[in-house]
Amino acid sequence: MALFRCGLKFRALSAALRNNVACMSSLPQPIKNPEIKYNKVFINNDFVDSQSGKTFPTINPATGEVICQVAEGDKKDVDLAVKAAQDAFRLGSPWRRMDASERGVLLNKLADLIERDRVYITSLETLDNGKPYHVAFNADLNLVIKCYRYYAGWADKIEGKTVPVAGDFFAYTRREPVGVCGQIIPWNFPLLMQAWKLGPALACGNVVVMKVAEQTPLTALYIAHLAREAGFPPGVINIIPGYGPTAGGAIASHMDVDKLAFTGSTEVGQIVAQAAAQSNLKRVTLELGGKSPNIVLADADMEQAVETSHFALYFNQGQCCCAGSRTFVEEKIYDEFVERSAERAKKRTVGNPFDLTNEQGPQVDQEQTDKIMSYIKSGKEQGAKLVAGGNKMGDKGYFIEPTVFADVKDEMKIAQEEIFGPVQTILKFKDMDELIERCHKTIYGLAAAVQTKDLEKALHLSNTLRAGTVWVNCFDVFDASMPFGGYKMSGNGRELGEYGLEAYSEVKSVVIKIPQKNS
Amino acid sequence: KAAQDAFRLGSPWRRMDASERGVLLNKLADLIERDRVYITSLETLDNGKPYHVAFNADLNLVIKCYRYYAGWADKIEGKTVPVAGDFFAYTRREPVGVCGQIIPWNFPLLMQAWKLGPALACGNVVVMKVAEQTPLTALYIAHLAREAGFPPGVINIIPGYGPTAGGAIASHMDVDKLAFTGSTEVGQIVAQAAAQSNLKRVTLELGGKSPNIVLADADMEQAVETSHFALYFNQGQCCCAGSRTFVEEKIYDEFVERSAERAKKRTVGNPFDLTNEQGPQVDQEQTDKIMSYIKSGKEQGAKLVAGGNKMGDKGYFIEPTVFADVKDEMKIAQEEIFGPVQTILKFKDMDELIERCHKTIYGLAAAVQTKDLEKALHLSNTLRAGTVWVNCFDVFDASMPFGGYKMSGNGRELGEYGLEAYSEVKSVVIKIPQKNS
Repeated sequence: MALFRCGLKFRALSAALRNNVACMSSLPQPIKNPEIKYNKVFINNDFVDSQSGKTFPTINPATGEVICQVAEGDKKDVDLAVKAAQDAFRLGSPWRRMDASERGVLLNKLADLIERDRVYITSLETLDNGKPYHVAFNADLNLVIKCYRYYAGWADKIEGKTVPVAGDFFAYTRREPVGVCGQIIPWNFPLLMQAWKLGPALACGNVVVMKVAEQTPLTALYIAHLAREAGFPPGVINIIPGYGPTAGGAIASHMDVDKLAFTGSTEVGQIVAQAAAQSNLKRVTLELGGKSPNIVLADADMEQAVETSHFALYFNQGQCCCAGSRTFVEEKIYDEFVERSAERAKKRTVGNPFDLTNEQGPQVDQEQTDKIMSYIKSGKEQGAKLVAGGNKMGDKGYFIEPTVFADVKDEMKIAQEEIFGPVQTILKFKDMDELIERCHKTIYGLAAAVQTKDLEKALHLSNTLRAGTVWVNCFDVFDASMPFGGYKMSGNGRELGEYGLEAYSEVKSVVIKIPQKNS
Repeated sequence: KAAQDAFRLGSPWRRMDASERGVLLNKLADLIERDRVYITSLETLDNGKPYHVAFNADLNLVIKCYRYYAGWADKIEGKTVPVAGDFFAYTRREPVGVCGQIIPWNFPLLMQAWKLGPALACGNVVVMKVAEQTPLTALYIAHLAREAGFPPGVINIIPGYGPTAGGAIASHMDVDKLAFTGSTEVGQIVAQAAAQSNLKRVTLELGGKSPNIVLADADMEQAVETSHFALYFNQGQCCCAGSRTFVEEKIYDEFVERSAERAKKRTVGNPFDLTNEQGPQVDQEQTDKIMSYIKSGKEQGAKLVAGGNKMGDKGYFIEPTVFADVKDEMKIAQEEIFGPVQTILKFKDMDELIERCHKTIYGLAAAVQTKDLEKALHLSNTLRAGTVWVNCFDVFDASMPFGGYKMSGNGRELGEYGLEAYSEVKSVVIKIPQKNS
């Protein structure tokens, strides 16, 4: 398993990306033209055309060219999928009768199959999303496999309690599956977002109707095929490729979907949450946007802080909900930090994601590219100082230069709104209390980070910042066992860890009268 | 604003030791015990529930709820987690912040306790809108909370109407979490307002049409009494009332006869009269609604075997009413009546019964009256309802989670589960030189 040894730590990964060493030699070569095997709607363990017969193209963002057509699911397909899911969930069904531990066995089998086909799957992800192959292989796929294995372990540990109530009663709770779980996932980490959703849902015994992003439907469909091979019964997992307003909206409003999990923008999160309440009050969890502060104190190791802050913003082409997109630097070291950051950004290698020497690939599509370029324009117009990048790159595909703005003020759009691209904004601060207030002047609260050697400052900031995850002297360190989610308008609820199971159970209390209670 | 100020970093409430929050909650329980007679009398005056029931049931549960959550205050724990790599990682369970809480009129003191207990135990600050029908006891409790020593701004209570005061809370951009108990219809409205404004976290406790199943092998006398209590408790004004009594065919006629007899014996009148089992409904609007359901029951062909009329010229009294030969599609079998109207339906086959129990938007509670072990466990494990009672009904405890499946609600109150909604989980990951297990 030498292939996987080097991929585990993000700092090691970051260093490796910078030095282009170590991991590359043991990394298996990508398949640059992976064959597209599955591009249809997946219901009841079958791949079928959409009810309308319509298809949509999925694009290779490195070239702007169409990879293939994919079946376009809409309300009718969602209806069929929900019915299939309901049937798989009926009392007495194979899935409902299955031992909990067996659910764990199936999840581990799925992880095994992903490991078996890791090179193909990674290549497909790189083709459809544009993220560099070596990052997808070492980071995304590593976390995906671990997520399924982590939740495999939870399957037979979804426990209720016996409770010593007052009176002559025997009382207990059961944690039952919620039922039909509608899951809408985004395009920035297609495989990983699918794993974060399927892992806990299936561990708890639910059935799933998943809408995948129109920009990146291919890997999710391949995973569906593997799930079928692993032995998940028909109807337990159903996948609908399609668009948000149509297929996604149908799920959010469906009267027979019991729970909705949505990852995407805050704006759309508000729309689906309202649709969920208006239809049947289905339970809702949301993972939305962010404008996370990354704080660099004067005592931090300058070289590490620059590199960590660079990684915090540019990872995944800047397309992370939790990107460190407001870099707050202490006045004393500001100028040096800006200079080093600009230098680092200029050194960042951008290009064909299948080329193992590239750190950055294209943005996912034209729409995102236009949005990012418009933010760059706004940064210049509002008076921020452009110290690196600022332009698109090349004629084909959606490449943008790693861009750095300095002298950024809190009120500027680039400091308030989520850019979701390779644009680093560096702000200056002096006073700690004022800093905390400035960090909080946002509708978001997804993540934060502190770069410092000082124990008290590290603990004070991490304990007081209102953010779902706080990283200290690192960034984007994820683990299937650590809950992730937003304060405020960055989301509702948590994914991963034991906390991630809460949303996927429905608690039932049972109280039985007995002749005589004894403790 | 007052709540936000009480919640600011460095405030007395934020700096208070967690165990001290528990001391305050216990003090509040002490003061309620001290003033129990006065408080109960006020509740009876404002709500109409019989004094002896309010004293023994409501106040008992209220005091226990505050003490139960007092015990949890210093046990709101995060975890340290063995993540991959050279990191020290932990979670913290922080207070959510400003909690908007909207409570109903059917159990004014108890609904207030269910809301304040977990919220305060977890260190939150509260803005509570009390029902316009029954604002008085909640305001007295606020006075006791002040006496107990809760800092200014931690608890704030707004008497007022739903669409105005309640709506303002649901849509407020600076309220972090909303807890609402009331009708399903209004629950949908506030949940949408919450999402449209600032995506505040939402928990809901809504309506129900809970099935109470009587099997042929049940003790007849006990089953009749339990089923009577299941419906008529609190003048039928319970979200979890056993409002669809499913009786096995074999014993149906006898059960109906005995239930009608029991209903006719139910004593109704002045709630301060200790011999009365039932008081008035809470207001004119509820009374009109209930009478209209009684009318609909007659019109749709159910058989009226007891009651059916209003009682007296003053107040909002309704006779204990029983309908037999009720069919699933009738309005009185589908919609929440929230009054003293028992509907008795017949069943034959167990699988068909479970399906009929599930043919509703609700899923709050259910009950089974039987001596048979396998039937009891099968029904309690398969019925999609938040609480299932076996050979009893309306048994509550601060330690047992309560809440609805489906459109009866989102989330659970009480027990350890009841704390989940009142914490915001934070993950912290710190790089260290060398991780060892």
